[in-house]
Amino acid sequence: MKPPRFDYHDPETVPEVVGLLKTLPNARMLAGGQSLMPMLNMRLALPDHLVDLNRVEGLAYIRETGGALEIGAMTRQRDIEFSQLVLERCPVMHEAILQVGHRQTRNRGTLGGSLCQLDPSAELVAVAAALEATIAVAGPKGTREIPFSGFPKTYMTPAIGPDELLTRVRFPLWPRPHGWAFVEFARRHGDFAVVSAAALLEEDRGKIKRASVTLGGVAAAPVRMKEVEKALVGQTASDALFRDACEACRKIEAMQDVHAPASYRQHLAAVLSRRALERAHARIGAAKMSS
Amino acid sequence: MSETRNIAVTVNGKRYERSVDVRLTLADFLRGPLGLTGTHLGCEHGVCGACTILVDGQSARSCLMLAVQANGHEIATVEGLAPSAERLHPLQEAFRDNHGLQCGFCTPGMLMTLVEFLRDHPNPTEGEVRVAISGNLCRCTGYQGIVAAALDAAGRMRKGG
Repeated sequence: MKPPRFDYHDPETVPEVVGLLKTLPNARMLAGGQSLMPMLNMRLALPDHLVDLNRVEGLAYIRETGGALEIGAMTRQRDIEFSQLVLERCPVMHEAILQVGHRQTRNRGTLGGSLCQLDPSAELVAVAAALEATIAVAGPKGTREIPFSGFPKTYMTPAIGPDELLTRVRFPLWPRPHGWAFVEFARRHGDFAVVSAAALLEEDRGKIKRASVTLGGVAAAPVRMKEVEKALVGQTASDALFRDACEACRKIEAMQDVHAPASYRQHLAAVLSRRALERAHARIGAAKMSS
Repeated sequence: MSETRNIAVTVNGKRYERSVDVRLTLADFLRGPLGLTGTHLGCEHGVCGACTILVDGQSARSCLMLAVQANGHEIATVEGLAPSAERLHPLQEAFRDNHGLQCGFCTPGMLMTLVEFLRDHPNPTEGEVRVAISGNLCRCTGYQGIVAAALDAAGRMRKGG
């Protein structure tokens, strides 16, 4: 359980990182290390070069700009958890991050690391899908932006070239007040979710104006339940509406692994998406009462 | 030949300068070259929490950091908790008094996790304590004694320990 041999690089600027990635064969970037370090210790990853991003300047920030939250790739999950801006403007991310690992892992783990690792159950990946985030990557030809829908290439593989690095994620904000919820089922607190569900709701005079329902942990990448969203828009929120709409989640093609068979994931998908919607709807009411 | 780097790290207030293999984990650096074997290694892949230390005051799993990454940073380990050879830290006293340990393997990680937690949450509920130690595995106690110790320690520390 010791990392394999590699050459270590600790650049201080994004162009330096891009330059290294362009020239070094079989290089891996080290962000918070909460996924790559276990893979190195277990020798599941065998890079010849490790490019440590922890000394790169200007990649850790959280700011609101143009109706969106912009978060730097090396922003620690801890800083997202304790950000007043995230809590006030993007509460679904706050609720999600409390379910990411533990204090010790959130202190080190980063947003960019989680998105690039692209674990099917990762909470921040589901939040990026729910909010239709845009991901900025820097490479030899400059910076390009990838809509989240085109970000997962395949299982745990983002659509980023070997000479590119994720620098920033832009999360469009929902108007105030909106409803939000992030719920998940895991075997133990802090474990990867078997299934997670994120819900966002905007209502106008009692009718649902806009809805976002996302399932994590069921497929290789988070699934936006467009069918459920369509069934909700224009309707008056009720327990029956949510229950009936979420039945569509039982039909999705789900993964099976040692943690749960596909049928159990389909069941959880229907139950958790309904719970998330109920909680999101209740929060719109609560926000209106307090304002 | 594997690459080496010179690093300067402060551990429990004492500065160390060493040349390290770049693939050496921080946990192995503490236990090997520095001889600080109080930090325990259980799973070596970030699950058990036994190797928890503080990096610049924040808890981290030392098996998931490279020693070279600690260059220029301040590390706190279990060896630095007790204020003197005769006196224990109030959290350590509470662990002793509440049967917060049996075999002791998870204890350094539990203590370092709880030191940070009680600093940030001086008056926690039982539920908050349980969430705080959810990243630390104990196979002996069933956690009851550890939770009791944490709550007892919080009271002692509020009184000035």
